[in-house]
Amino acid sequence: MAILINSSTRLLVQGLTGREGTFHAKQAAAYGTEVVGGVTPGKGGTDHEGWPIFDTVEDAVRETGANASVIFVPPAFASDAIMEAAAAMIPLVVCITEGIPTLDMLRVLTFLEHLPTRLVGPNCPGLISAGRSKAGIIPGHICREGRVGIVSKSGTLTYEAIHQLTRLGLGQTTCIGIGGDPLIGTTFVDALRLFADDPETEVVVMIGEIGGAAEEEAATFIKREFRKPVVGFIAGQTAPPGRRMGHAGAIISGGQGTAREKMTALREAGVHIVESPAEMGATAKAVLRA
Amino acid sequence: MKIHEYQAKAILSRHQVPVPRGEVALTPAEAAEIARRLGGTVVVKAQIHAGGRGKGGGVKLARSAEDAERVARDMIGMTLVTHQTGPAGRIVSRVLVEEGLEIRRELYLGLVIDRSTRRPVMMVSSEGGVEIEKVAAETPEKIFKEYVHPGTGFVPFQGRRLSFALGLQGAEVNKGTRLMTAVYEACIATDASLVEINPLVVTVAGDLLALDAKMTFDDNALYRHAETRELRDLGEEDPLEIEASKYSLNYIRLDGTIGCMVNGAGLAMATMDIIKLAGGEPANFLDVGGGASAEQIRNAFKILMSDRHVSAVLINIFGGILRCDVLAQGVIAAVRELGVPVPIVIRMEGTNVEEGKRLLKESGLNFATADSMDEAAKIVVSLANSGSRAARC
Repeated sequence: MAILINSSTRLLVQGLTGREGTFHAKQAAAYGTEVVGGVTPGKGGTDHEGWPIFDTVEDAVRETGANASVIFVPPAFASDAIMEAAAAMIPLVVCITEGIPTLDMLRVLTFLEHLPTRLVGPNCPGLISAGRSKAGIIPGHICREGRVGIVSKSGTLTYEAIHQLTRLGLGQTTCIGIGGDPLIGTTFVDALRLFADDPETEVVVMIGEIGGAAEEEAATFIKREFRKPVVGFIAGQTAPPGRRMGHAGAIISGGQGTAREKMTALREAGVHIVESPAEMGATAKAVLRA
Repeated sequence: MKIHEYQAKAILSRHQVPVPRGEVALTPAEAAEIARRLGGTVVVKAQIHAGGRGKGGGVKLARSAEDAERVARDMIGMTLVTHQTGPAGRIVSRVLVEEGLEIRRELYLGLVIDRSTRRPVMMVSSEGGVEIEKVAAETPEKIFKEYVHPGTGFVPFQGRRLSFALGLQGAEVNKGTRLMTAVYEACIATDASLVEINPLVVTVAGDLLALDAKMTFDDNALYRHAETRELRDLGEEDPLEIEASKYSLNYIRLDGTIGCMVNGAGLAMATMDIIKLAGGEPANFLDVGGGASAEQIRNAFKILMSDRHVSAVLINIFGGILRCDVLAQGVIAAVRELGVPVPIVIRMEGTNVEEGKRLLKESGLNFATADSMDEAAKIVVSLANSGSRAARC
């Protein structure tokens, strides 16, 4: 099963003709993903690396039956691209782009409120369902099929978790990077809801970081209704207050959003919190065996 | 991006938010001249990017132009220490000279983007002049909020609700509503991530003014605000951080001795955390980005080595798109060129890791390598503790 993407995913790439878009479309196809084409306004009707290019998402959906889109367009144009995909009724839109202004995302999220589209990201590595399909930039070769779901605000820290699990002989169902921006589409709670309904996922590794209250909201949700074991790590235990740690959303402000608070909330919800990022895999293994 | 109070007031004033009359001065003579123009009692305020200035001696009354000159002479050039500056404090290089007001009430107003509800939220409190976090912790019932729909913008009834909640009366209610609407419009027009007016004052004459003002801007939106970019004060930033930003490196200087170089912000934070768990102190946060080139690695080394406190370096790279052999070549070239005088521990994982390790080994350079983050942190902490950089040079 996995969640959100699988072997029936038909992936459209917005910004396919750019350097990043081309590289990652090829990687996705090599992983076995059904990449059906790309959208670059003004280049409609041409071919790129054997894929048809369309002027609009609407055209692309009509011609290819795309049911997911991944976005690799520059930050100034990315919010427009997300809304175009949603207006074309694509059920899953994954935005990799980093650096989208917060007010642009505010408009996007308002636009999405009455549409059925699920947005993952922006400023995220996307998602991969091990052995089946991927939309984004998570390297396929470090994954293997298994029973662990991963949801994370970070990119390379997600790879680290995948690698630890794979090395311990544990595989993954789906790994989702939800992104480190202040305003994002899919939240921890949204991802946990999906994992709750996926019979293949037996344990979830959740990787948070300083800033905001999404981890605390996840803790409330887990305590109330999430019945699978969760292993948690929060990055930024040593981060100074008032400084933005790389991600636009990773900032402790006014004493709020510290790692300590998040770890406490999650621990109280029964999450297996690890202090060290080196222990994510081993703890998941121990939890699965128990 | 942060700006000074006087700059925030100029922006707010352009959007019809009432502010006291005043001007910025770089010298005591200028301060005297401004005080003379304003007439009567003035307030001299140190301009630094930190709050809590009043308690640190950065806000003073002056009863005449001569008095203003004297106050400004003491203030300009002083090191101002507040609870937000850290013990090192900040050097004051300019002061704002403003008209004195007869104040009846001090209120609070703040506008931020609320991440959970995904809405801008206008917050007011009858407890002005104190930190809003303190009010939120101790008397949360004194804070009132209105969430704004981006489609409609801030609607007058929301302004009236907040004004009545603050106990404003008569003509003050409409003044409050107009001021809040203007603050919202200023925020949206400039891509601000925070507008804070603390205190927002009601004068004896019944006027509402922003007595203090703080604005921060969304760095991701600066590309479309040339006039905001002009307001950046490099004197308020760490020189190494300014240098790093020229190379598009995400670098934040910290107090420890172990320099770290990592790809990805989350992994970079996690690396700092694991250094601390192993008993060391990170000297910095440094994210070289997902697709770092050999050139970026060289730039990153330059920045790390400019911090004289660094006594060992930990490189932690998870090669997804970035190949480990390319990384290894970059590290070897940078170390040969720059002659890095401290021990380097490299932990890399991912694409082409075996080839990368072979290159490091055959380089003849003295790298320590580790297979896990855990091991890498332990090695680098023991190396950092076993010798000072001076002894090694």
